[in-house]
Amino acid sequence: MKMKNLAAVAVAATLGAAPVMADLVIPDLSYRTGPYAAGGTPFSDGYQDYFNMLNARDGGIGGEAVRVLECETGYNTEKGVECYEATKGEGALIYQPLSTGITYQLIPKATADGIPIHTMGYGRTSAANGEVFNWTFNYPANYWDAASVMVNYLLDENEGSLEGKNIALLFHNSAYGKEPIRTLETLAEKHGFTFTQLAVDHPGQEQKSQWLRIRRERPDYILMWGWGVMNQVAIQEAVNIGYPMDQFIGNWWSGAEHDVTPAGAGADGYLSLNMNRIGDLPVFEDIKTLVHDAGNTAGDGSNFGNVLYTRGMYAAMLGAEAIAKAQEIHGVADVTAAMVRDGMEALDITDARMEELGMAGVGPAFSVSCQDHGGSGLGIVQQWNASEGKFVALTDYIAPDDSVTLPLIMEDSAAFAAENNIEPGCL
Amino acid sequence: MSTEFLYFVEVLINGLMAGVMYSLVALGFVLIFKASGIFNFSQGVMALFAALTLAGIMEGQVPFAHIINSIFGTNIHHFGWHVPAVLAIILTVFVMIGFAWAVQRFVFRHLVGQEPIILFMATIGLAYFLEGLGDIMWGSDIKTLALGLPQGGARWLEDATAGLGGDDFYGFFIDKLDMVATVVAAVLVTALILFSQYTKHGRAMRAVADDHQAALSVGISLNFIWILVWSLAGFVALVAGIMWGAKSGVQFSLSLIALKALPVLMLGGFTSIPGAIVGGLIIGMGEKVFEYMIGPMVGGATENWFAYVLALLFLVFRPQGLFGERIIERV
Repeated sequence: MKMKNLAAVAVAATLGAAPVMADLVIPDLSYRTGPYAAGGTPFSDGYQDYFNMLNARDGGIGGEAVRVLECETGYNTEKGVECYEATKGEGALIYQPLSTGITYQLIPKATADGIPIHTMGYGRTSAANGEVFNWTFNYPANYWDAASVMVNYLLDENEGSLEGKNIALLFHNSAYGKEPIRTLETLAEKHGFTFTQLAVDHPGQEQKSQWLRIRRERPDYILMWGWGVMNQVAIQEAVNIGYPMDQFIGNWWSGAEHDVTPAGAGADGYLSLNMNRIGDLPVFEDIKTLVHDAGNTAGDGSNFGNVLYTRGMYAAMLGAEAIAKAQEIHGVADVTAAMVRDGMEALDITDARMEELGMAGVGPAFSVSCQDHGGSGLGIVQQWNASEGKFVALTDYIAPDDSVTLPLIMEDSAAFAAENNIEPGCL
Repeated sequence: MSTEFLYFVEVLINGLMAGVMYSLVALGFVLIFKASGIFNFSQGVMALFAALTLAGIMEGQVPFAHIINSIFGTNIHHFGWHVPAVLAIILTVFVMIGFAWAVQRFVFRHLVGQEPIILFMATIGLAYFLEGLGDIMWGSDIKTLALGLPQGGARWLEDATAGLGGDDFYGFFIDKLDMVATVVAAVLVTALILFSQYTKHGRAMRAVADDHQAALSVGISLNFIWILVWSLAGFVALVAGIMWGAKSGVQFSLSLIALKALPVLMLGGFTSIPGAIVGGLIIGMGEKVFEYMIGPMVGGATENWFAYVLALLFLVFRPQGLFGERIIERV
């Protein structure tokens, strides 16, 4: 009798699980705990809330419900790989690891498993060459674009010349932090500025030496490649030594509200890049009504609309659009990971489409191709307004210097292809 | 005076100040190790938990709000009031005393007589538990500590010393927060020494540190003393959490400040309160001077590893640390 009951339960469970297997499975490799939780949480909230909104409003994507599988990585590379291994068998369609370290580990694994990775504005920069990295996409922009956009902004500020200027890079002493060095060395040679490197060890809680050196050498500008506590401490130290905030520019991982608030009013005027605009977008109304008010939000709602929440939502939108494109190309709603890769490679994000989605101007218009997995590379410069407690866009989208970044991407990806016996080409 | 020399002095002073901040963390380790022989791996997380609790109380945050909301379908996060800093500090001290009692009651009371490695492993478990508890109680967002502590360079000092060097010397920079930390550390160490030398419980604490069995035989309650020691370590953790949290906001990376205390302990010894201070000063000064003189030649970011190299050098010649008790094995 007992065995019969067990068998009945097993059959019922299988039948019950069957429709779930047909869902569009999107793993969310999040980090809501540990030293980097303050950055990981809002991104994950935005990422999940957007998919939840699509489920509530449109019944998912193309009529197929989205099932988000959250897995906590703690921003730890080993745990990130474990999360990947634990979720890929569920029918994962696309991964967004939000960690350069995890990305580096997943590139060969996901390539072998045939699952696309989207690393927007982080990860391996040369993955922009889609002929070598068939399964990795880093649109709409990458680190080298960011470095170039910063320099182009400074060129604008200095009437087109940086000759004789001293620009320092304050960077997290890790693979992530070292990413822009080569680009900035090339740009320094091209534009005649002195390039100084200031490494900060993990986690970045103590930076006195670096800031005493900055105080002594007085660079004209400081660019920052930080994440986590390094950002808050750097901004506080800059305030302490009286470094002009409008000459201090963080990249897009050093420009969220929680990076500047601990420094209080002193952080007013701090600059940072952003790959997406923030502000009141019509789509927020749908998320608020259908997700937050319905008690279906991923977090506690406190991050709603902030910089990293918006970026997570933007990432989800790009993922959803790729799935929709895959459905269109292959004529089926229940797409596979390989089909989603095709959708990502055929993605065309236009201004009209973003407006239709209630996100007018949230990102730059761009298209993806087999050769170019990197998007347009455009970024805006935003400025912190301490009295209003928000970042305000200071510029329109600024283009990177492709004549510098593209040869570097081709060189690095060619080296990767040679090391790994990859024959470049389209799938 | 040459500008180079003046900047060297500036680095030296700032190194000493940074060392004081490391000592604040190391002190908690020393207190517990001295009294119970336990190397408390969770000391850094205790600093984080204490600072989170202080910030949470000050902001009027509802503890465990996420769980309460999930179970009861409510949407509460704050009580709607702000607690004054002094009252919040007192309440946090009570929370840390409660934590000390719970640790003793539920963990170490059951591990009496176990090998030191077992006790050490228990503190590792405690660290992860406490980190999770802090997250569930207060959330993982970064909190600002509005205690009104002064921050930024002391301008009067910069102005007064700017004329000592050439045009490219801008005066000595010393962070006001580091000055406050130095004063606080001095008061804390003095108070701890006076407490252990001149009070009944302080003497009992020293007796337990010297010999558990002998202390028991004269009627000292080991249970009480260990709760007392963990409470003191909790208070020291709160002070360290406030000082470090004032710099960066209260966030989970605060738990990693323990890594800065380890070389201090290796150098100063695990059983000496003055050793924690002197060790901190040597480590702080050594790493900053090395970074200033050698760092630019080797790509910088030398401080983390150089502190351990310095501590290892001392360890080779004096395994018990500068002020640690001499290890004598009688056979």
